[in-house]
Amino acid sequence: MLRYAIKRVGSLAISLIVASLVIFACIEVIPGDPASFMLGINAQPDTVAALREELGLNASLGARYLSWVTGMLSGDFGTSYTYRSPVAEIIGDRLWISLPLALIALGLTVLIAFPVGILAATKRGSWADMSVMGATQLGIAIPNFWFAMLMVLLFAINLRWFSAGGFPGWENPLAALKALTLPAIALALPQASILARVMRSALLDTLSEDYIRTCRAKGLTQRQALWRHALRNAMIPVLTIIGLQFSFLLAGAIIIENVFYLPGLGRLVFQAISQRDLIMVESVVFLLVFAVIMVNFAVDLAYAWVDPRLRGRA
Amino acid sequence: MRSLIFGLALTAMFALGALVSFVWTPYDVTVLEIANKLKPPTADHWFGTDHFGRDIFSMIMVGARTSIAVAVVAVVIGMGLGVPLGLAAAARKGSLLDEVIMRGNDLIFAFPSLLIAILITAIFGPSAVNAIIAIGIFNIPVFARLTRGAALSLWTRDYVLAARVAGKGATRISVEHILPNVANLLIVQGTIQFSLGILAEAALSYVGLGAQPPTPSWGRMLADAQTLIALAPHVALFPGFAILFTVLGLNLAGDGLRDVLDPKLRVQR
Repeated sequence: MLRYAIKRVGSLAISLIVASLVIFACIEVIPGDPASFMLGINAQPDTVAALREELGLNASLGARYLSWVTGMLSGDFGTSYTYRSPVAEIIGDRLWISLPLALIALGLTVLIAFPVGILAATKRGSWADMSVMGATQLGIAIPNFWFAMLMVLLFAINLRWFSAGGFPGWENPLAALKALTLPAIALALPQASILARVMRSALLDTLSEDYIRTCRAKGLTQRQALWRHALRNAMIPVLTIIGLQFSFLLAGAIIIENVFYLPGLGRLVFQAISQRDLIMVESVVFLLVFAVIMVNFAVDLAYAWVDPRLRGRA
Repeated sequence: MRSLIFGLALTAMFALGALVSFVWTPYDVTVLEIANKLKPPTADHWFGTDHFGRDIFSMIMVGARTSIAVAVVAVVIGMGLGVPLGLAAAARKGSLLDEVIMRGNDLIFAFPSLLIAILITAIFGPSAVNAIIAIGIFNIPVFARLTRGAALSLWTRDYVLAARVAGKGATRISVEHILPNVANLLIVQGTIQFSLGILAEAALSYVGLGAQPPTPSWGRMLADAQTLIALAPHVALFPGFAILFTVLGLNLAGDGLRDVLDPKLRVQR
């Protein structure tokens, strides 16, 4: 297990370095001179020169990359050109909306998908299975931001159970959770549909294995065979999908924030784009890519935990 | 079979709408008629009018072009680059080339198409082309992995061995023997990526990273409708249904195709 973990950490480090190089190249190399890009075509040469100095653009590319990376390692993401305050602080504030949103949505996804998928697999061919398959087909096809708008129309505008948008802050945790409820449901529904289908087919695969028949033959009930043997073996594909889904949930959170006017990372990055605040865009994108890579790493380790056979390979 | 026919019919309906919109739409979508704005559905305007008085039915027809074009080109990019990469990786399994291709794939997977779109848009500004590139890049590893996985098992077949004995090189074997045998898989995956592309395009233009006005697109229409939803819900309903039914149609067609093309899987249901 330890050797496997060390190997995975090595490839994790390489992924992070290459990802940071790609983002650095996109933001700081492709546009030519980021300073004149950020200030626009009408900028005075001395303003551009001043910004170049401020952003440290006069150093060589290699030195700039190194100082960007070492800065991030020590929690210094640079200073936002438009906000005039440290990027790390601004992102930290916004993260307190986007991350909980993605996590709640992930929790909901699992809470919905597991029982539904297990039900459909165990009652295969029944009306329950058919309706699960039909409903999930719809759930996969529905654009989540449109579903969010429909929920606003129903629950906020017509029924007035929820507010249509905005975020009250975490000082009042209940109100904050309430503000994240509709966004989280909108995010979770399509992902739960996908996961429920994966759960169903993975479980159907394992339930038809010989060892399940053996379990039944030695006297285990269907239920015992399911919980003790089939579920654990069905977890590999399910975990893979959950890992992939987290990145979709984070990215999706950015879009759903727009529907509910939540001041999270999404609104931050879209504002940064229109204000040409490249430093901010660079940092937010790297942070999200970092999160995705870390989650995939965690999923890889989880595989090894679920399936001991994988520990030998890497 | 039923799902294939139903799915294809649904998809064909939207594709047809997009094609017809090049020569005819019920109303001209470039003409603004403010006096006629936000009218609910009537016999004249089947889906009502938007905040500029434009006919929503006509806009959905024209918007279908954007959605379908973006998604199709993104699939072509993904297949065009991903399939050769996957074939090459499988042909030289375990080599440095294989390793580089697979690690590159992993890396792209860490960049959801939304993030690629954000990076591109931050530098080049928003456009439908950016959406195509962002979705297309994300499609590459999907096809590369699928092709490599399927090709690896084919490389152990006897007929490949026979071809090698006959003196064919790896490239020729990949093109003449491996590719035809993974084609079915690629067609099914292509349908799925097509439907994901429609969803991604809608999301990107919804947040302003895709097609720009005046080009009608379903995602943009929904973005415009958002502030009007309390006033005129129909403005938000129809573009959403257009996306939903197109994606549903493609997914059903994909499921149906898989059943038809790969009879082994049919037993599963």
